[in-house]
Amino acid sequence: MAEYLMPSLGADMEEGTVIEWNIKPGDHVKRGDIIGVVRTEKADVDMEVWEDAVVDRILAKPGETLPVGAVLAIFRGETEPKPPAPQPGEAQPPAPAEVEHIHASPLAQRIAKELGLDLSRIHGTGPHGAITQTDVENAAKAAEKPAPEKAAPERTPVDVQAGMRRAIAAAMARSNREIPHYYLETRINMDRALRFLESENQKRSVRDRLLIAVVLIKAVARALNEVPELNGYWKDDRLQPQESIHIGLAISLRQGGLVIPAIHDADTKSLDELMQAMSDLITRARTGRLRTSELTDGTITITHLGDLGVETVYGVIYPPQVALVGFGRVVDSPWAENGMLGIRPVLTATIAGDHRATDGRRGAQFLTALNRLLQEPEKL
Amino acid sequence: MSTITYRDAMREAIRDALHRDDRVFLMGEDVGRYGGCFAVSKGLLDEFGPERIRDTPMSESAFVGAGIGAALGGMRPIVEIMTVNFSLLALDQIMNNAATFLHMSGGQFNVPLVIRMATGGGRQVAAQHSHSLEGWYAHIPGIRILAPATHEDARGMLWTALEDPDPVLIFEHSGLYNKKGELPPDAGSVDIDHARIRRKGRDVTLITYGAGLWQAFEAAETLARSSIECEVIDLRTLRPLDEATFLESIARTHRAVVIDEGWRSGSLSAEISARIQEKAFYELDAPVQRVCSAEAPAPYAKHLEEASLPSAQKIVAAVEGIIHPNG
Repeated sequence: MAEYLMPSLGADMEEGTVIEWNIKPGDHVKRGDIIGVVRTEKADVDMEVWEDAVVDRILAKPGETLPVGAVLAIFRGETEPKPPAPQPGEAQPPAPAEVEHIHASPLAQRIAKELGLDLSRIHGTGPHGAITQTDVENAAKAAEKPAPEKAAPERTPVDVQAGMRRAIAAAMARSNREIPHYYLETRINMDRALRFLESENQKRSVRDRLLIAVVLIKAVARALNEVPELNGYWKDDRLQPQESIHIGLAISLRQGGLVIPAIHDADTKSLDELMQAMSDLITRARTGRLRTSELTDGTITITHLGDLGVETVYGVIYPPQVALVGFGRVVDSPWAENGMLGIRPVLTATIAGDHRATDGRRGAQFLTALNRLLQEPEKL
Repeated sequence: MSTITYRDAMREAIRDALHRDDRVFLMGEDVGRYGGCFAVSKGLLDEFGPERIRDTPMSESAFVGAGIGAALGGMRPIVEIMTVNFSLLALDQIMNNAATFLHMSGGQFNVPLVIRMATGGGRQVAAQHSHSLEGWYAHIPGIRILAPATHEDARGMLWTALEDPDPVLIFEHSGLYNKKGELPPDAGSVDIDHARIRRKGRDVTLITYGAGLWQAFEAAETLARSSIECEVIDLRTLRPLDEATFLESIARTHRAVVIDEGWRSGSLSAEISARIQEKAFYELDAPVQRVCSAEAPAPYAKHLEEASLPSAQKIVAAVEGIIHPNG
């Protein structure tokens, strides 16, 4: 048996609302299947399942807001037998399993009823996770205490916006409070990269054309191969570099706010694959259909504000990541080369680094590598 | 207080009954010259003579039938069947005659018969001699089933049973005969209607009878060290069941473990579990647990037989399965 818990979709997520389930008890699910949707303060996110399994029970009802880590559903292995049916006295209506049977002892059920407590909100500690008398009594005691500060007023879709703002506020305030940022900046001649892009795009149909952002993502991923210290997390007072390179893209939403879904294993994907992944992410981010893993797995973030005319981005690191790469607009600028002054398309790239995790030298090495890679775009 | 064995207590009960009522006599295989296969009636032949301590041929059906006839004729027979294993040969007499006469005669004929027999396993006498079938007999309307677990009950139940106008079967666990215990000199007859709470506790009710009582005591001692307080109920009378006593206890402890040396399926423990579910469902904070014998013919090998029978360790495990220490 395995419990499917309310996922943590970001450092500051504390609760989520189950919007819908795509599964019912008895369904066979495969790793990667989308089993339902959960609404966080930031977005509606698809819930993914992590291994092949059979749905045993669904505990969270659609519309229910539950804290991170709350049990939403129970899965069992493909070969695991179905657990014994509930006692005959408790016979369930045969088919639609919309209202799930909560495992609570008869006594616990009786007391909860007397006290007017909702069993679905009580965590069971008895045999097979059943709710017992003690669990109900503890819940009753907890309920008597003055509501703790975040005793969750019922959320409606209307204040998703406010919720997202609060989430961003919390993450960014934490970042600025805890992370000693250093900033480095370099100007990159994009002449070769743009010409490469143009020639590549001539080979493609309009629909498959690449954006410069894709070239930049690939270059960042490759540069991280060379400077792995910037790809990872600061956790437990130490740098924990990650092997996989999952690049988070800051995507602003039309209604305001932003999400940072990740492109998985960006260093091993081809430009076309990256292009596909990026369009897919952007579309789904804006329709609010991101997957849990995409929101939690980023190992570094890219903020690209060039399309808005910004030349230089000084970003705020998204904890627990340790670096953020900023790209501005490609601007035709005077450029000295071989003693000659000319006009070149120039991109200002910045890196914001967590000085607890790395020193400026690493950041400099990264920018140097990035620059070099963009001078040989055909090798990307 | 005097220290005596369970066997002595039983013998005292028979002797007392023979003294008190001329209609009482003891009949069975080897009860006379041999003194009973468990030596319960040793010395009684000398004291009361062959008219009242009667050796019978080796035919359970015949001498149980004779007992029924004697009871119908106004006597108060105590029929000893060596063990429950051989009682199967007399099952027709017990079930079709003793248990039904009152009903079949339209209430005219009571059968004031007492049948005693040893029951239970654990003595390495193999599959045919290790049954615990008291639960089967407790299935039959028209007879009363007693299971004395203590010296007090071994001493006191017989007379009350003889006073009952209907058939009473007394099951004496063979593992108890040598057990020493204390008995006040004035110990006398006891009621045969009620279960007894033998140990008070607040966390879980252990329901048992016969030899299981002593295993429950041992388990309760062990669990007390983890601050789990067991209430131990000795059923004493297996039919009719005194359900009020265990239901009242469960209303306080909210958990129950039934210990029954019979096989699990269709057992007395199944009946008790069912009644708890029917009448105390909303008192239960955990599923009712059962500790029974393995569903196989009793093994002969010592270690296998031990593994097949209920034990204090199994009771402890069953309790710990539904209640966590200090939690």
